[in-house]
Amino acid sequence: MDHQTKSPISRPPTKLEIGIDRLFRGLCFSFAWLTIAVMAYIVIEISWKAKPAVLEYGPGFLSGKTWDPNTGEYGILPEIWGTLYSSLLALLIGSVFGIAVAVFLSEGYLGNFVFRVLKLFGVQFHRFWGKMPSMAESALKNLVELLAAIPSVVYGLWGIFVVIPLMRDSCVWLHDNMGWFPLFGTRFQGPGMLPAAFVLAIMILPTISAISRDALVAVPPKLREASYGLGATRWETILSVILPTASGGIFGGIVLAFGRALGETMALAMLVGNMNTISVSLFSPANTLAALLANNFQEAGSDEMKVGVLMYAGMVLMAITLMVNIIGALILQRATAGLKGMR
Amino acid sequence: MASPQSERPVLTESDISRLERSLRKPRTLLSIMLSAVATIMTFMALVPLFSVVIMLFVKGGSKLTLENFYTLPPTAFEDGGGFGNALLGTILMVGIAALISVPFGIMAAVFLSELGKNSRTSSVVRFCAKVLSGFPSILAGVFAYGAVVLLTGKFSAYAGGVALSILMLPVVMLTAEEAIRMVPSRMKEASIGMGATQTQTLWYVTLPTALPGILTGVMLAVARAAGETAPLLFTALFSNFWLISRWNDVEPGQLNQPTASMAVLIYNFSSSFVDNQREMAWSASLVLVLVVLVTNLVGKSLSSKNGPQR
Repeated sequence: MDHQTKSPISRPPTKLEIGIDRLFRGLCFSFAWLTIAVMAYIVIEISWKAKPAVLEYGPGFLSGKTWDPNTGEYGILPEIWGTLYSSLLALLIGSVFGIAVAVFLSEGYLGNFVFRVLKLFGVQFHRFWGKMPSMAESALKNLVELLAAIPSVVYGLWGIFVVIPLMRDSCVWLHDNMGWFPLFGTRFQGPGMLPAAFVLAIMILPTISAISRDALVAVPPKLREASYGLGATRWETILSVILPTASGGIFGGIVLAFGRALGETMALAMLVGNMNTISVSLFSPANTLAALLANNFQEAGSDEMKVGVLMYAGMVLMAITLMVNIIGALILQRATAGLKGMR
Repeated sequence: MASPQSERPVLTESDISRLERSLRKPRTLLSIMLSAVATIMTFMALVPLFSVVIMLFVKGGSKLTLENFYTLPPTAFEDGGGFGNALLGTILMVGIAALISVPFGIMAAVFLSELGKNSRTSSVVRFCAKVLSGFPSILAGVFAYGAVVLLTGKFSAYAGGVALSILMLPVVMLTAEEAIRMVPSRMKEASIGMGATQTQTLWYVTLPTALPGILTGVMLAVARAAGETAPLLFTALFSNFWLISRWNDVEPGQLNQPTASMAVLIYNFSSSFVDNQREMAWSASLVLVLVVLVTNLVGKSLSSKNGPQR
């Protein structure tokens, strides 16, 4: 039959096919390199555009406290303070809740609960109902991940119209009665550090819980079994065996979440108040680097110096976030490599 | 070796009771209490999600009409109006970003997972992609401003697309790499054994098998890009008019002007003092969140159901 010789498979490749193969492989190779090039291009582009401002203002830019385009006086100390302060506050709230969620998910509480409920009805091994525990587990996991899917601008809108009115009464009370305490030192005016940090905490929680959950699940089961065998309760096992073993991964997740919080823009620009103040008070309006960029770039026009100072601020933000992200990625790489050896 | 019979410690009455699980013991109580705390905290963490969704339906759903989808945004003293041009602009810019980042990401993923599997290049590229995935979205906008807006001298849909593509690229690349890695090696070996070149193996065997996973990455990236505001603020800016005035003479040059997007519309109207505009922000948020969540869920279900079999 003629069919077999004409068949496109089971014969050596023609010259054309070899050529296409080389071309395609070269293309993939160059696209991979292009990723590195894009990364480098971003860093160089921002630094290059910032150059006139760097030459003009130098390191004094980092410690200056005023931002006034009319007099040409620029400084970003309040923004650096606001960025770090809001991110650390958010990290504090977000990591406590994030780790609790990760433990809850990795211990399979919900699955056990559903299983027990099914057992009451005697259908725990039923063809349909028997799948319910694992379905409930994955539904919960997806719900937590959906928290990260909601756009940041929607969180900002929600913060303005829901969180701030909810917080108002208790925050005013806190200031009136405990105003001597530095954290409650200023009046609650609406937009400020606390609502911003609260919404930011919600936004970074899924990052922490997802990475921590992966780290907790990766702990070899024999460690848990050994601990139970010695007579430890569930939480003694979690606190003294599982969490310490997974601590590398959890810490990496927290560092990555910190990087995310530093660069988060819209929710902060809408909630933080955009005032150049340095204050430890939770109720005081503040500003962050990302919010500064979001608010001022539109008006910069083509004035080289105005664009330059914003690029300089962007460069500072980039330096901080890149450093945090690289450290986080390295910690995670180490943590997973370390766990592999324990298996 | 097992210890001799005589040396085995004898358990006394009190020792045996220590092995029992008793609710009166502080350590058991502590364990139960902490379990309860973890449960409560988990459900507290979900409260914002439900609060956001409920608020969107209450505030945005009540005012949402079909008219919203094909009319222009209202000015301060206008009634009615909609977000037709913003919806179109978002779709357009996400489309441009996908056109750039999807081929780029998949090709690079092919290199990472197949061609240069364990090379030093691939580990550097993977590291770059991971760092890019945590890159602040506003800096993508700053980059696009410097690279496109300053170069062309205009705010445009192209600049917005370039900014979004930088955010989509790592998502597409890293999920596609994972998906291609999951393809069983015996399928690839069978193909190569039949005399296929590596490219033919990729096109006819590996990529079709990994397609659900790759699509998951693309959908997740699209969902992320559609909701991004910060990179569009000063690249695409905003516009109160239709991007394309007449459908019968579409020119590519028309993309070279400020473009509206859903996310920027929400941002602009959220601080408005006019009730109508604020309500519009809620309605637009509802539409945006529904689109984003549905894309996200569909993308995730693609890879979990029809994942490649080992």
